[in-house]
Amino acid sequence: MNTFADQLLVLVFLLNFIVLGTSRIGIAIRVVAVQGMALGLIPSIIHDFSLHLLLISAGMIAVKGVLIPWLLTRAVSAVGIKREERPFLGYVPIMLIGAVATALAFIFAEQLPLAPQHKELLFVPAAIATLMTGLLILVSRKKAISQVTGYLILENGIFIFGLLLTEAMPVMVEAGALLDLLVGIFVMGIIINQISQEFSSIDTSRLSSLKE
Amino acid sequence: MPVFVNTLVHLLLTLLFPPLLIGVINRTKAFFAGRTGAPLLQPYYDMIRLWRKGSVFSRTTTWVFQAGPLVTLAATLAAALLMPLGNHPSPLAFNGDMILFAYLFGLGRFFTVAAALDTGSSFEGMGGAREATFSCLAEPALFFALVVLARISSSLSLSGMLNNFPLTVWFGFGAALLLMVGALFIILLAENCRIPFDDPNTHLELTMIHEVMVLDHSGPGLAAVLYGASLKLFLLGALFVHITVPFRSGNVILDWLAFAGSMVLLAVVIGTVESTMARLKLTRVPQLLISASILSAFAMLLVLRQTP
Amino acid sequence: MIALLISIPLLGALVAWLIPDNRRRPVILPLTGGAHLLLTLALLADTPPPALGGWIVLDPIGKLVLLGASILFFFCALYSVGYLAYRKERSNRVLCMGLSLCLGAISLACVSQHLGLLWVAIESTTLAMAPLIYFNRNARSIEATWKYMLICSIGIAMALLGLYFLAYATVVARQEPTLLLAPLLTAAPVLSPAWLNGAFIFLLVGFGTKIGLAPLHTWKPDAYGEAPGLVGALLAGGLVNCGFLGICRIYQVCLAAGNTLFFRDALTAMGLLSMLFAAFFVLRQADFKRLLAYSSVEHVGFMAIGLGLGKGALYGTLFHLLNNGLTKGVLFLTAANIHRSYNSKRAERVRGVMDRLPWSGWIFMAALFAVTGSPPFATFLSEFMVLSSIFTEGRMVAGVSVLLLFAVIFTGMALTMLPILTGRDGKDLDNSGYRDGLLTAGPPFMLLLITLLLGVWMPAPLQEIIGAAAAMLEIKP
Repeated sequence: MNTFADQLLVLVFLLNFIVLGTSRIGIAIRVVAVQGMALGLIPSIIHDFSLHLLLISAGMIAVKGVLIPWLLTRAVSAVGIKREERPFLGYVPIMLIGAVATALAFIFAEQLPLAPQHKELLFVPAAIATLMTGLLILVSRKKAISQVTGYLILENGIFIFGLLLTEAMPVMVEAGALLDLLVGIFVMGIIINQISQEFSSIDTSRLSSLKE
Repeated sequence: MPVFVNTLVHLLLTLLFPPLLIGVINRTKAFFAGRTGAPLLQPYYDMIRLWRKGSVFSRTTTWVFQAGPLVTLAATLAAALLMPLGNHPSPLAFNGDMILFAYLFGLGRFFTVAAALDTGSSFEGMGGAREATFSCLAEPALFFALVVLARISSSLSLSGMLNNFPLTVWFGFGAALLLMVGALFIILLAENCRIPFDDPNTHLELTMIHEVMVLDHSGPGLAAVLYGASLKLFLLGALFVHITVPFRSGNVILDWLAFAGSMVLLAVVIGTVESTMARLKLTRVPQLLISASILSAFAMLLVLRQTP
Repeated sequence: MIALLISIPLLGALVAWLIPDNRRRPVILPLTGGAHLLLTLALLADTPPPALGGWIVLDPIGKLVLLGASILFFFCALYSVGYLAYRKERSNRVLCMGLSLCLGAISLACVSQHLGLLWVAIESTTLAMAPLIYFNRNARSIEATWKYMLICSIGIAMALLGLYFLAYATVVARQEPTLLLAPLLTAAPVLSPAWLNGAFIFLLVGFGTKIGLAPLHTWKPDAYGEAPGLVGALLAGGLVNCGFLGICRIYQVCLAAGNTLFFRDALTAMGLLSMLFAAFFVLRQADFKRLLAYSSVEHVGFMAIGLGLGKGALYGTLFHLLNNGLTKGVLFLTAANIHRSYNSKRAERVRGVMDRLPWSGWIFMAALFAVTGSPPFATFLSEFMVLSSIFTEGRMVAGVSVLLLFAVIFTGMALTMLPILTGRDGKDLDNSGYRDGLLTAGPPFMLLLITLLLGVWMPAPLQEIIGAAAAMLEIKP
């Protein structure tokens, strides 16, 4: 069963590249939703069946796969933006940087000592690579909604690492982390709405009047 | 069966089968368009007709222009001798033949571009520039894929790589192979100038890549170009089919039939893709090619990580 | 009892949500604040035992931060009643709810011994304060809120990853996987250094973003500059202390693990960098609220240096934590008064504050001296303690740089503020008709008095608490 989790993580890698390369905001949101759902499945796969794990999985899929993308899609339709602008470096260099970061993640993961049951699995490289992808998107995108998708991918990366600890971490902290994510996204959605009302655009490069 | 019969079948298949693939693709596209379309053997008729015509050579061209289609065809035929078909080793198999395989195509491409430039026309030059760029970007993907295959099969020869491909390999390396197959499909479409990279049916020279390079050829030269293109599609398709359809029964005849059948299926798939997708904006083509390279690089990373 | 500490603010938030009348609503804030302060003082006098299986413990560091936050909140709450009377055009429901929720979250952070719970509490403070920065509803404040939200959320996410690294380190070392502080401290020496160092880096980045340590401070000038002064006071006094609490907890684990050098060097380096950034941007700063933000960056840097140095500087640093919070409260509240009166935050549009608003002007002037470390204020004492420790340790370069930077910052702040405060009020300047009242000038005055008091006489219980807290962070030989 562990190999199936590995294949899901390969899917996660693939989805990272898709988000790095696409300029359509709708696609980015849907890809992040699929990524969230894939990650939500993993806890139930790698550990033995228990009600607690099932609830976590269901909760993850509901929140990451359905609820948050729905909030974001609503924000997008309220603003009416479909496409992202060309990022600062260009799509191809950003994808190449993402590819290099993924390779580096693999190398870095080799250096870290792992618990015996977690050796040979893709969790640590996937976590670091997804984290870097999220940071890349945050840095390279100009539209506020794309930056939020970058943040979601960052959180996904951290969550992948947290999967190594599902038997160890109690429900409360996972629930707390999830809740904070939800409220955070909610607040960001509201802010984006306000930005669009104030500036008639969600281009954050316009948010540059505060300097020094 | 004695070896020379296998070689005979290999050669016959290589020489006679490829234009049928083009016919199948065109028929599939016609089906999607709601037309009846040309007969399946139309490409054969076209080539025979062209062969009987005379050639017209522009006064600005040199021997390079006449050599172009011939060298391309010769190189592709040589590559055909390296590619194993239907679970039998190829007539000329040796260690490292995969590199020769890739670069024979490179030789062919070089002469096509040279012949195009030789005409001195701006359209051909433009097409040549595009072709050179896109094939540069597509090359890493092909090589990463070959490294993956070499690693999985622990063999450096195409025959060794592609013939020992049981279904269990898919279970062991599933994700990596999926990625590689995706990348290979993109390369297949790119190298053979199919939609989404190049529209073979367009008549606007500014949008052409491959078609525009061969604009000035006529008669037997043009027949050689058409045949060479179909042979290239056949060979790269064979590479693709060997990986995606791991059907290896012991029976020789069944293997050949399965191979022929899956090639036809591949042609149908290509036709479907051509009918359902639009052509990409030219600025997006490098992006897609680099994604293919990244995909196969990633597949290579995954395979190298696992102990075989 | 500790449960009351957290539930009273939450109850206050609920009541604030339910009250329909915009004018009467602010009254709930001082009520909540007052009850919370009384409860805090009672708990400090009579420490309750650990609760919830060791998850909730009020230890000395927690007591210090709680005390500072509670006092600050109470006076800010009193101020808010007066201030919001001048801002009747806006609905203050979100403001009142956010402030109360923030207090509840800070209280939770002070008592958590489980690092995960601490993280949840700190993240809640970030989220609770975000809508408040946007109180003024203009383009600049929305830009500030967006930067705040994005940068602080990323920081907090990094902190979570650091916590995961810590927890995983216990799994790899085949210990009981835990994020409770006490077991972590006992297990620390056997944990793998690679994971520990990784955890420290991420946790430092995460909590450092929260408190505004350079180079992660870029959101601070915007957020503090655009938020109403009331919110700025709580951000600079309450949230900074909360983030610092997080850093102290990691510091404890670091100490127990035995490899402190890397972490402490990083803290000292980032602290010096913060003071450098602050010095650079304070000169010729025309916006006095942004000036205060950079002053906050400076003090955070100073405290990081103190913490990074350890040993004798710890007592001074912890004392400075308290003083900085209170002094920033004074500064932001009076700055809000000035802003209200002149309708502007920029030096070219404000002049002669001591003439027009004598109370606010004089209080601000005094606080200016306090924040730059003049006697007889408490900040002088704490800064002196840390500096003398730096020099006795033999860190000459660090000590001299700190002194130089202090001088530069004092000059910069004086250059901007003195023309604002002194001089005569002019007919060409805006006058919104605001007058200093009991509720708007009283609270900052009381906070200033407390700072003055602490500078000349430290009550013995407070000395005990700070001493115990410093002992927790000391390197055991």
